[in-house]
Amino acid sequence: MSDLNVMTAAEMAATKAAVMDQVPGPEIQGQSPLHHADLDSLAKVGPKQGGVHLREHKLLGHLTLRLNPENDDQLAAAERVLGVALPLQPLTSVENGSYSVRWMSPDEWLILVPGLEAFDVESKFRDEMGGHYSLVNSSGGSTVLELSGPDVVELLKRCTPIDLHPKLFPVGKVVSTVFAKSSAIIRRTGEQRFELVIRRSFSDYIWLWLQETSREFGLVVKV
Amino acid sequence: MFHIYCPHCAEYREEEEFHAAGQAHIARPLDPEACSDKEWGEYMFFRKNPRGIHHELWVHAAGCRKFFNMTRDTQSYEIKEVYKIGEKPSVVAE
Repeated sequence: MSDLNVMTAAEMAATKAAVMDQVPGPEIQGQSPLHHADLDSLAKVGPKQGGVHLREHKLLGHLTLRLNPENDDQLAAAERVLGVALPLQPLTSVENGSYSVRWMSPDEWLILVPGLEAFDVESKFRDEMGGHYSLVNSSGGSTVLELSGPDVVELLKRCTPIDLHPKLFPVGKVVSTVFAKSSAIIRRTGEQRFELVIRRSFSDYIWLWLQETSREFGLVVKV
Repeated sequence: MFHIYCPHCAEYREEEEFHAAGQAHIARPLDPEACSDKEWGEYMFFRKNPRGIHHELWVHAAGCRKFFNMTRDTQSYEIKEVYKIGEKPSVVAE
């Protein structure tokens, strides 16, 4: 693998992938995978008290980065773009302002950025990074749910086999796991707050599942 | 249910996150063109089915999606060890 990363400047330029801004500008209103659920209206008319709070962080930029973690040049390039070093410890995440980076596997990271910044970040990677790596904009493939509230751990225990005890699942830990009959990337962002990255095609199923599962605690939809 | 240690995630996870991918350490013939039908057929289709120690390939399908090897006792279902691709097992059948 290492000799693939020794390239001249001309070779590096030749390897640049064709980048295309996949996201229309702010003048066109985007629709999240949960657009049909109309969470904004539910937040207005729905219950205000409950054990579980749900908020969708829609239309974020999702970038999947894969590179060789033993290549210091690539790690440094990623740090220059993101302003923070990639987390190399398994199951950890880091944040820098509105950017957040999740360890997905020994050579893969999921980066979330504000939706309209995704293309800028992608272009910066293309400029900074050399050698053998992969950066894919998968923004349209998933959406992000934030679950919080006093009963959020109880709710998640009904959804996933992961042990959520704070000793084993501290703030900042991220796991990719099975969730209901689907899958999710779960990250703890606070003592009683979790972030779920879910598949677009499963978002409706998970929305229905969460309503059903949280019935005993009371579900509060927030904007 | 197995409780499987993923050597890449460095923690134990439930079996439902994993898929078994069959026997491990199957060496592809270096020169397939020169293989006899018997040699190629045995490489493609014939697998061990031991009673006792068995080396298997598993993938952490719902997690890091990496493959790794596992040494397992097919009789007691005990997992003897897990090790990464390219590493040698320390537990082998006598």
